[in-house]
This record gives sequence, structure tokens and C-alpha cells, in this order.
Amino acid sequence: MLDVQLGELGSGSPAGVDEALELVAGFDDALVHGFARIGEEPAAALSALAGALAASPLGDRIGESVEKVVAGSIGDEHLAALAGGRAALTGAVHDALLGSLDAALGRTRAAWEAAPGTGDHPDNLLAGCRVWLRELAIVGWRGVDHDVVSSSDQAIEALLAVPELRGLAVLLDGLAAELRASCPVSTMEHVPARRWADLWSRALLLSQSGPWNGGAEQVSGRLLILGADVHEHATVVRVQVHGVFEPAGGAPARLVRTSVAAAKVDTIVGPAVWRLMGGHPVLLGALAEHRTLEITDMPLLGGGDLVWHDDRARAGEEADPFATARVQLGAAVAAPVPPLDRHPVRIAEPVFIEGYTVDGETLELGGGNMLALDLDRLPSSTPLTPELVAASTACLGLLHWDGGRWTLQPIAVQATVKKKPVAVHTGDWAMGPTDPKVVKAEAKAGDAVAVLRERAGRLLRK
Amino acid sequence: MDADRAAWEQRSVVRVVPPVEPRKLAKVPFVELADGRLQGVVSSGSDIERVYVSSITAGTHALSCSTNNNRPCGALHGYACKHIRMLADEAVLQYGMDRVARYLRVEVAEHGDLINSLNRLVERTPAAVVFSRFLRHLAYLEVPESTEPLAELHWFPAMGAVR
Repeated sequence: MLDVQLGELGSGSPAGVDEALELVAGFDDALVHGFARIGEEPAAALSALAGALAASPLGDRIGESVEKVVAGSIGDEHLAALAGGRAALTGAVHDALLGSLDAALGRTRAAWEAAPGTGDHPDNLLAGCRVWLRELAIVGWRGVDHDVVSSSDQAIEALLAVPELRGLAVLLDGLAAELRASCPVSTMEHVPARRWADLWSRALLLSQSGPWNGGAEQVSGRLLILGADVHEHATVVRVQVHGVFEPAGGAPARLVRTSVAAAKVDTIVGPAVWRLMGGHPVLLGALAEHRTLEITDMPLLGGGDLVWHDDRARAGEEADPFATARVQLGAAVAAPVPPLDRHPVRIAEPVFIEGYTVDGETLELGGGNMLALDLDRLPSSTPLTPELVAASTACLGLLHWDGGRWTLQPIAVQATVKKKPVAVHTGDWAMGPTDPKVVKAEAKAGDAVAVLRERAGRLLRK
Repeated sequence: MDADRAAWEQRSVVRVVPPVEPRKLAKVPFVELADGRLQGVVSSGSDIERVYVSSITAGTHALSCSTNNNRPCGALHGYACKHIRMLADEAVLQYGMDRVARYLRVEVAEHGDLINSLNRLVERTPAAVVFSRFLRHLAYLEVPESTEPLAELHWFPAMGAVR
């Protein structure tokens, strides 16, 4: 990413973004207080949302739903329409932001092609989720107590047993854990209104008829890794690998993502989380050793997600992600985003930046353009630290947008440490930590996974 | 300040649950702040098949300890048994003293001890509820890996230590 590109991205939001997010904020505030007894201000905010979407295909349904909800009749279909309306707004914000980013980077993005639905899902499970989400909407975040949170347990447990509904399961589990830690929410000083309304809306959409991944094409070719992002809450960890895929037969290279998620518990933290993903040694090995991956007949979804099958890949020669970024990142074709996944939070665009100076939490490119660094997103399971970022001269990162600004999450840096050049990547410990001090600390702390597995072996199924 | 607050409330990604600290799990495999209690499971020192279910209730500070088969812990009368002490110590390691004290609504003097700050009411809560939460906790380790795109997880980036 060049200084001039960063300048083009600018500091302000694209036209209409602030106005759209104001409508979203109004909805979010209504959800803080709940729909049971809706006050004048929240009622006006919901009407404004309906008004803004009146000319859209959802217009009539949203208008009717707002009327019903304000009048105290809170049906599943009304809540679904409201969540859909909110998603339309966040989707439009996403499109404006990603469009301006693509324009600034000169990145080509393939067009979305409608894909067939994924199929049937056990509706009783989804209905169970809708019941809980409806209860949350009625009481509002301020009305959430231990009983409200606990009533989600059964639904979440059942979801975890269905692989196709895993996304909804980890979403609700994460939301429930945050609510549980905040109970009673009425005494909380500030409520994370945007975040919880985001999670609630997405959960409600997912619990209509399951996920929308659509059809897949089978692809073969070579995957060059750019780097890894790690996602985590108390009961899940997921590594998402960003890479450049070169299809066999010479079609243009494409930007893809591929990921592995593993269930965990809150006491498994730090580098130990990689061991939970040990069922995918080819991918993790390539991450740790910086190798290419030769792929045969792997499903690639319309949104650019390669559905990883470790047995359909083998590691190839060594490949430096920085070399991949310098040579290939500029020309690779980016994937379109599935319509219902369009939300600013999903933007995680890989970029390569060099020739900058780091001042605290800001990166400054030569011409005076600045980019905020998101150093909170340096996970404890990786060797990448704020100190390394501060000492870096080149960086591979993911661009995100939140809270009205763009930020850069470093996923690899080239730096000078004790006068020697080093390169550090988030995936370097995928096969276990390589720093002797960390290995020793891990050994001293004991193997949490092994202890819990031993307990599970003795106590479960009795 | 108000601007900061508004900005925080209008972000999609914020840290709501403070990160837990790693600790050795061998003696106290499970600790949680839930259902209005500090509760958990303590492995028996003498019988590898036996565990104790211990809890301290928020507000009333009632203590409870029994085996997973609901047999009352013989050492709990009038003062905390060693299981409850271990549970409290591990909870402080995992969550930090502030968070535990705030949850239990107990005043702990600086460098004070959590257990000594409680009144010593014994009131047995059923072990089954806590034990089944522990089993549910263990069951996560049996959930298979997933390679679906799980776009939901973009709301949950892994974050490092609080700086």
C-alpha cells in the first residue's frame, strides 16, 4: 500500500455512511431498552429506519413490522424483518467502504453470482434460537439477568452438535458469555450497543433457515500463504489464513481465505490453542514453515473461502509471504462478499506496506499520510509483539474499519532486532512455540488440554 | 469523555469479557463466575475418580461443598474446607482478585485474603447443577474442528494481553 493510496482512502467516511450508521445507532439504542415497553425516542428511531428503507424491496415488511413492534405485538416475523432492515443498512455501509478501499488500492474484485441455498436444517433447533433472541429483544440488554442468559444453554448445546450450524453456535455462545460476564446488565455503566445488536441481528438472520454459504466449485492449483489471522472467544479458536491462489491451468490468481476452527474452553489460552487444530497438520505445517500448498479438488465458495480439507493438500517448496505480497498481491483478483455477510466487520483486506515510520500506535507513510495500528489484535498465541511492530520496516497486515476509521492489524513484519534482520509471522507457532523461553513457560504451566481430556475421560459418559 | 463513551458504544469490536490468566488445572479443573456464584470442581486428593463441587454465593457468601454424588464434604462446618480455599485461590489466579471480589460483592482489604473476608455461613447448594456445567465444559473438547467460513468470528478477533 502506497502513501498516495492511503491518501486517497482519506480520513472521512464515504458519502452516506454516517447517515446510515446513525439509523443503525437508533435501532441499537432501542434494543438496549427492549421492545416490551417502547418509549418515544426508540419508536421514532425505528420509524426512521423504516422510512429510510421504504423504497427498498423490504420496505413494506419493515414498515409493517415497526408498526406492530411499537404497538407491542412482537412476532418472530417482525423481528426478522427488523434484523433484515438493519443488515441492509450495515451491508450498504460495507459496500461503500469496500468500494472506496478497492478504488484506492486499485484492487479488482470479482462480481457476486447468486448461489443456490445450502439446504435444509433442523428447524426445531433454529426455532429454539429464535425463542431466545425474541426474549432478548423483549427485555432489552438492560433487562438481561442470569436466568435470561442460562435459558440459552440448551439451544447452544444442541447447535454445537450440528456441523452446518456451527457459525450460529459460536456466535450465540460468544454473545451469551459476554452477557453472563455482564450480569445483571442493568448495573453496567455502558452497554456495547452496536456490538450486541450486530450479534443479535446476525443470529436472528442465521436462525431463519441456516447459513447461506451457497454452492462451491472444486479447484486445484497452488496456494501461496500471505499470513494468518486468529479469532477467539472462550469456547472457540479459529485461524484464518489469507493467501493468493493460482488455479491450475493458468487462470488469474485470486485472493482467498481458508480456516480451521476448534472448540475450546476459557482456560486454554496462549500458544496452546494451536494444538487444538492439530487435525490439520499440512496447513499448520505450511504456515509454520512458510511453504506453498498444492491443492487438489478442494471446494471454493463464492465468497472466496476455500473449505480446507487437509487430505487434499500437500506442502510444496518454501515461499516467503513477503515475496508473495510484493510480486502477486497487487494483481490478484479479490473475491466478492456474499450479500448477507456484508458488514463492515468482515472487511479484512490484506495489504503490504513498507517505507514507513511507526510512532506509538500510528504508522506514517512518507507523504504525511497516517494509518492507525490495531495493536490489540496481536494475539497471545503468536510471536508478533507491539515491540516488533515498532521496530519494523515492512509489514503485511489486514485493513479493518470500525468506529469510523481504518486501522491496520499487522500479521507479519520485517524488523531489525539487535542489528539483525528478522521476519515474524502470526502463524510461526502453528506447530508449537519456537522461542525456548515460551516452550519452558508452557512446560511449567502444564498441558491444560491433557488435564481436561483426562478429566473428561473419567467423568463424561458415566 | 462522552465522545469516548459514544465511540465505544458504536464499535462492533470491543473487549467485553476480560481475558483469563492461564493457571495449572490439575487440582481445580473448573472455575467459573456464573449463576450468581463462584463455583467449580476440585479434584479429590485421595481418590482419582472423585471430585468435589464447591461454591460461594454472591451477596450472601454462603459456602457449599459436596462430592459429585451429593455427599456433603465432611470438612465444611463453620469454616471453609480446603476445597473451597483452593477454588477461591484458583479463581483469583484465573480472574484476578478485583473481578472475583466484585462478583461476590465482598470487601477485600488490600493484599487481603478472599476467604477470610467472607462470613462463614454454610448453605448447601445442589452439586448437580454445577457438576453438569462442568461436564458441559468438558464436552467442548469433544466438538470436532470446523473448516466452514464462520464469518461470525470476525466479531471475535483474538486479542493479546491488556496493555
